[in-house]
Amino acid sequence: MDKSTFHAALQQRFADVTPHVAACGMQLTAVDDNGVEAWLPFREEWLGDTERGLIHPGIVTVLVDSACGAAVLARIADLERIATLDLRMDYLRAGLRDHDIHCRADCYHLTPSIAFVRASVWQQDRALPIAVSQSAFMRAGRRGAAAIA
Amino acid sequence: MSTPIGSMLAEARRRAREHADFDGFVALVPYARFLGLRVEAQDGQLRMRLPYRRELIGNPALPALHGGVTAAFMENAALLHLLLRLDEDRIPKSIDFAIDYLLSARPQDCFAECEVTRAGVRVVHTQIRCWQDVPERPIAVARAHFLLSYPE
Repeated sequence: MDKSTFHAALQQRFADVTPHVAACGMQLTAVDDNGVEAWLPFREEWLGDTERGLIHPGIVTVLVDSACGAAVLARIADLERIATLDLRMDYLRAGLRDHDIHCRADCYHLTPSIAFVRASVWQQDRALPIAVSQSAFMRAGRRGAAAIA
Repeated sequence: MSTPIGSMLAEARRRAREHADFDGFVALVPYARFLGLRVEAQDGQLRMRLPYRRELIGNPALPALHGGVTAAFMENAALLHLLLRLDEDRIPKSIDFAIDYLLSARPQDCFAECEVTRAGVRVVHTQIRCWQDVPERPIAVARAHFLLSYPE
């Protein structure tokens, strides 16, 4: 499968192959050679603080982990099983009620065994991120790879 | 002066301390309710449980729980631990969170315990451990900083 076919399949099948991504209503809105953009529609269920109407950081981490994994696959452009080794989240500002959440994740370095990823999360303005993240993934070969294509 | 959420937190805390009834706490945090998290007390120690269900799966081929779910469960565990242990009348705000994954999470219940490593006036440092079979074999460890009070 060539790269653009793989990228199209990844974008289309992202939610189909991952039950939790489907349960959250998450979608990939763009896939390119280095990464992806993901979109999570707002739900009242995402709130952590109902008094102030703030998004729970945990659902932001779910979005980031999902997008970063997809970014690694986009960069590899082939079916492979990957596992998150570590992930760090910095919550720059609070996520607010009634606004969708967007994430850009880039796999900026790839070795035969490890993938390094950065991500940024925003709501209304990409220039005002609510969180940034840094993570590392292990490449674990094709066995047990999610059937994307 | 108590805020509306402050009096709800105080009531949930009282029910937790007097009757070991933690449902009121989880009910105050919509996302903890979405995950299906439960709080249990074990020998005076707070323990969080994430009952397994299929919607938490990340990789059906293995199968394994979604890595983000493990992280979100541990962030919730730390938050609920602080709400129960400290007498805050507002929800603490997350500053940062860092998780190390040690084992793939199989399709079964997860457990987590949280330790407050240091509680300052404004910032709290917590360490969280998550396991499935035995606490001595964690599937992930994490740390998180929370801001207790901050200007609006």
